[in-house]
Order: sequence, then C-alpha cells, then structure tokens
Amino acid sequence: MSALTVEIEAAGYGPATVLRDVRFEVPDGGRLVLLGANGAGKTTVLRTISGLCDAVGSVRLGETELLGLPPYRVAGAGIAHVPQGRGTFGDLTVRENLLVGGATRPRREAVAAADRWMERFPRLSERSGRPASGLSGGEQQLLAIARAFMSAPRMLLLDEPSLGLAPKITTDLFVTLDELGRETGTAMLLVEQNAEVALGIAEDAVVISSGRITVRGRADELRDNDDVRRAYLGV
Amino acid sequence: MLLQQLADGVATGAVYGALALAIVLVYRASRTLNFAQGELALLGAYVSWQLTAWGLPIWAALLVATAALAALSAGVERVLVRPLVRRHQALPLIIVTLGLMIALNAIIGWVWTYQTKEVPALFGSGAVEIGGVAVSRQDVGIVLTVLVVAVALGVLFELTPVGLRMRAAISAPESAELSGISTGRTMTAGWAIAGAVGAVAGTLIAPELFLHPGMMTPVLIYAFAAATLGGLDSPPGALVGGIVVGVIENLAGSYLPHGSDFKQVVALAIIVVVLLVRPQGLLGRREVVRV
Repeated sequence: MSALTVEIEAAGYGPATVLRDVRFEVPDGGRLVLLGANGAGKTTVLRTISGLCDAVGSVRLGETELLGLPPYRVAGAGIAHVPQGRGTFGDLTVRENLLVGGATRPRREAVAAADRWMERFPRLSERSGRPASGLSGGEQQLLAIARAFMSAPRMLLLDEPSLGLAPKITTDLFVTLDELGRETGTAMLLVEQNAEVALGIAEDAVVISSGRITVRGRADELRDNDDVRRAYLGV
Repeated sequence: MLLQQLADGVATGAVYGALALAIVLVYRASRTLNFAQGELALLGAYVSWQLTAWGLPIWAALLVATAALAALSAGVERVLVRPLVRRHQALPLIIVTLGLMIALNAIIGWVWTYQTKEVPALFGSGAVEIGGVAVSRQDVGIVLTVLVVAVALGVLFELTPVGLRMRAAISAPESAELSGISTGRTMTAGWAIAGAVGAVAGTLIAPELFLHPGMMTPVLIYAFAAATLGGLDSPPGALVGGIVVGVIENLAGSYLPHGSDFKQVVALAIIVVVLLVRPQGLLGRREVVRV
C-alpha cells in the first residue's frame, strides 16, 4: 500500500505557479529520491506536501487527505519534514530539540524516546544540555534526523540533508539514514543535489525540471542512464 | 534618604519591569511593539477597581481582572493581530496597536469618567524596616509580587511542555510548525500571558499613582525604556531594565535640579542611548543578518 500519494495539479506561492502535474507514490517503507537542477521545484514539492504552499490536487498519507491542512496538522498526521538548512532550534538545548520533535506525542513517550535517541547518538547525549546552535554542521544534521524520528513518523521528508557537509560526513549520514529507515520501516522522500549518494539508498527516483516530472524510474536504472548521469550526476 | 530613594525606585521599577515583560512577551510572539500594552494594563486596573467597588476583596478582584485581560489580549491577537502577522504587514500592525491604544483610552474615559479613583492598596499601609531603612509595605509587596510573577513565568517557559512549545515557536517558527506545533496557538498564548502580566502591573501601580485614564501613559514610556535597555527579546532583561529605569528615574527626580520635570526625558534618553550604543540591549540577542 502507498504511504504517500502525490497528485499535484498545480502548486506554488500565491500567484506564482511552480509545479504542474506532479504525480508519484511512495510505498510504505519505500524510498524515493527527487532530483533536479536548482530552482526546478524540488523543495516546493516537499513544502506542498507539508502544507506550506498553495496547491490544487491531492496529497494523501494512506487514506488521509493532507492538502488544505495547516503544517502542524500534517505533522500530526504522521509526516516528519526536515527542511533545507535543518530547521534546528538554535536557542534550545539538544535535548529540548528532540523533545520538540516529539511534540505530537504524549510527554512521557517523548521523554523516553529522547533518551533512546541520545543513547543511539552519543555525540548528541554528550551535548544534551547545550544550545543546539553550538553543534557542528554534521551534528546538527544528525540532530535534525533524530528530531524527525522522534515523532515516529510514517513518512520522512528530507530536503538536501547533505547541504554544507563534507563528503565523508555526507556518506556517513546516508549510511545512518539507510539503517534507520530499515529499522523503523519509515518511508522516505529525499530531495538531494548529491544524486550519486541519494540514488545509492533510494529505490525509485523522479527527475523534475521546470516544475514538471521529466524522468522517472528505478534508482539503479537512473544511475546507469547516460542522460541522467550527464545532467544530474556531473559526469 | 538615598537608600529610601533606591527602595522606591526598585519598587516602581519592578512595575515598569512587569509592563516591559508584557511588551517583550508580545514582541517575542509576534515581532511587534504593542503600543496598547499600557492601556490594556490600565483596563486591568479599572476592572480591579470596579470589582472592589462592587464589594470584592482586592486580591480576588486582581485575579478576576488578570484572567479577563488575558482573555481580551488573546482575542486582540486572534482578531486584529494574526491576520496582519500572517501577511507580514509590520507597519500596519504597529498602527493597529496605536489605534487600539487610543480607542481603549477613550472607552475607559467614557465608561469610568476622567475623575480619579482610589484603588485599595494590596498590602496595607505602614512600613517595615529592612537593614535600617524604613520601606513601605506597599513597596515590598510590589517587588515580591513581581518576583512571584517572574518565577512563575520562568517555570512555565523552562520546565513545562507548553513553555517548550512557545520557545520553539519563537526560535524557529516554520520548523516548530513542521514539528506539529501550532504557532498560531503559541502566539495567542504569548499575548494572553502578556495581558495577564500587564493587568497585574496596572493594578499594582494604581494605588501609587491614583487611577485615571492618563495613568499609564508615562508608565508605558518607562516600560519601553526598560524593554529597550534589557533587550526587546529578553524577559529577564525586561525586569532588570525596569528596575534600572525605576532607580534612575527616582534619583533623577530627587537629585537633578528641576528633576521631576526631567523624569520622562530620562526614560527617552535611555531609549536613544541604548539604541545607538547597544541596540540588542543588556541581555538581548544580537540579530545576525546573513546577506
């Protein structure tokens, strides 16, 4: 069964239409990567799903229609969205960041989950009482992902997790994401500039140009497709 | 004499600090200056007075007035403020709070007339001796009450889930919304708390200044000076700023030639100097602008 069904007829910001006729599905536990040049509309797809854009069409999580809901209710429905730039709460401590991630759950569950995530990532537990603004880029991205999993989401949206990270740290990050996805069975929708790594952990891929889907297929096929390689992998 | 002046300054300063705190809470919630904050506090004082005139004990009256002003302030946020915040209309928003200030003042004058009313003191009369200085019970009571309010808010913000949600919404609104927090609700909560704190400030100072429709105008200027000095986004800064402004105001009033004429000039001078020298205030966060 599909975790997420996206049938966007048009979406954008006010009078500016960015996306036209964008349709895809992500199965439960599945992973889809959205590729495309800068300004193609990848981020807008994620923001439309989360209720941050004006849109016509339908976006469903399981049977639940998300379009028209305010962002906080989309989150409550089971979507965790790590925005571009990670969305860290810089004034809050690391532990508080995790607790905010669990805001949709009962307090006691959230506290227990925060402890588990800090056990899982000792680097976060070492800094649990310090403001999150003091973390390095890689640590902040780790925190953002732990924060997203705090809500035990059905679907995780990740917007350019590799942005600003060194190649080695990016690789580690995707290994961690791959593990977490497998352990929790959370479906993922990834937007990534670094197509090589992203295609490595995804099953399906969609290429967007100028707000429309131009190529879709299995991730491994796209990885071997010469046109895609030239256009998006910089080869 | 000097110590007595200091004690008086700390007490009025605590009230300035409380009103400054209300201003800061609103600023944090909606990134706007609420010029009507003083008149909302004035309305709180009038509601307290009206209830005591109807026979309620002053403390019960204060509680009811606090709750009423919390509700009214939440309503103001929901109806007048939120639509403009959502459309990023910063300037119209300030004009709306100015309009509300004028309207509230006129309504208060219309309902309760411009004659001075006497609000019963919350702490009785007389003095207590602290370290050889006779301090009025009223002064001590005011400082303690503001302290209790400050500690209660500190506990609310730092130790409760609601407080965490409010701080998250202030720190990164969009990210908070994506985490399942309704930033609309946290904004309303910020305004409600500000309304309540303002009502306490108004009722505390009313016995000192005598209640009349012009009572809060100078207090609002001192509170703005306090909030600017402490840092517009810092609740502890508001209280510290309030006490500093209260002390300076009192000393200037007593020791400068023609000082009582200069008191408000002092407050305005503090605003100007802080904005020139240290715009983020004593405890505020410097805004980092990335280009």
